[in-house]
Amino acid sequence: MKFTEEHEWLRVEGEHVVVGITEHAAEQLGDVVFVELPEPETKVAKGDEIVVIESVKAASDILAPVEGEIVEINDALSENPALVNEDPLGEAWFFKMKIEDAGVLDGFMSEDEYKDFIG
Amino acid sequence: MAAESADLNRTVLHELHVEAGAKMVPFAGYEMPVQFPMGVMKEHLHTRAHAGLFDVSHMGQVILRGPDVAAALETLVPSSVIGLKEGRQRYTLLTSDAGGILDDFMVANRGDHLFAVVNAACKAGDIAHLRARLPGEVVVEEITDRALIALQGPKAAAALAILLPEVAEMRFMDVAVLDWMESEIWVSRSGYTGEDGFEISVPNAKARAFTEALMAMEPVAPIGLGARDSLRLEAGLCLYGNDIDTTTSPVEAGLHWAIQKVRRKGGERAGGFPGAERILRELEEGPARLRVGLRPDGRAPMRAGTPLFEAEDAADPAGSVTSGAFGPSVEAPVSMGYVPAGLAAPGTRLWGELRGKRHAVAVSELPFRTAGYRK
Repeated sequence: MKFTEEHEWLRVEGEHVVVGITEHAAEQLGDVVFVELPEPETKVAKGDEIVVIESVKAASDILAPVEGEIVEINDALSENPALVNEDPLGEAWFFKMKIEDAGVLDGFMSEDEYKDFIG
Repeated sequence: MAAESADLNRTVLHELHVEAGAKMVPFAGYEMPVQFPMGVMKEHLHTRAHAGLFDVSHMGQVILRGPDVAAALETLVPSSVIGLKEGRQRYTLLTSDAGGILDDFMVANRGDHLFAVVNAACKAGDIAHLRARLPGEVVVEEITDRALIALQGPKAAAALAILLPEVAEMRFMDVAVLDWMESEIWVSRSGYTGEDGFEISVPNAKARAFTEALMAMEPVAPIGLGARDSLRLEAGLCLYGNDIDTTTSPVEAGLHWAIQKVRRKGGERAGGFPGAERILRELEEGPARLRVGLRPDGRAPMRAGTPLFEAEDAADPAGSVTSGAFGPSVEAPVSMGYVPAGLAAPGTRLWGELRGKRHAVAVSELPFRTAGYRK
């Protein structure tokens, strides 16, 4: 698993990358009450705002970590946004992306590096 | 950040909050708990089901004393203060000369003086205003040696009665001076959550012991400012600075119920407060815009600042949201905002713009949830 400075985790699953947010991010957000997901088959550029998460405190975005195409979204989050707090690293994945080159993930942090990053 | 927090005031209960694991944030010049480990959502629901304890010591406690003090205060507020019976309190407003709102606050008749609880962010301005505009023989004293805590929720009365048995007999908006461990405790049966509950003024020296005695009781949990905000929003109560300010009149804000008949046109003591001309005219003719409840479709909250449109393709906004969040008890997003009077009827469909997209929202009755006051 790789980690971004925006507190997303990235997990390679075959030719897809699954994206979610870290436990640290979920804790910082507080209780999540609404998640807006992108349409499948959307092509995104790195840094595009593709998910909106609303918590009891504020709205925040998830940015596309890399360039690629959204192939699948986790509809369970629309029904039950609290999953993000309950199981951020598992059931509360946000979307799956198809990327051209898995090598682009090499630039992201390992778990140990991420732990150092959040202190 | 460090320099910033060094400038902030701390309440006498600061240490207790930190020990309880509170997340502290700057608020109105104070370092205040925004949430405890339970989290905003659970804290909100706990208060609705059991009893929530809030530190509101940042708010201003003010005593007004002097000959005909009630009549004097009536020159600055649109409510009947002369008609307020001893041992009772009511909600009122300091109005501006232009008919806006300088602050909203509670005033109690305590026999030979009035006791007011004002908003933290407004207290310095309020006190200066009171001193400047009241006759010289009225003394305005800020009480700085007392903490103020609120105990709110359906279990609040039973819990507080263990320490102060007399509170069981109090009705909504009663005030009393009681004794606990040889200290004067000032209690009112009121609050700002839409629940039955109390606001309790405790001498600083006893504040920690009193709070810990309440916290030791099974139904009582500490609650932060985050849940305080969602609780008051569901109850349809205004947050000064968001829903009301110097640009909103009491009538626009739907606070006409705070202006008793005796102060209205034709009343025995009609007018005679700042901005009376505009405010009394709006009472007669209706204001141009009104504060309304708003229920967005779907689950996305419409927060303060969200523009509101009459139609999905309207070019210019008709109004805007002044408070908005997800309502944990309503289990849906709820907002309040201002719209033209013609769009203020419950059921009116409007559009709120979130992140460049228009979403449907319905004007709704306030409060979003029936209050549990003990009348």
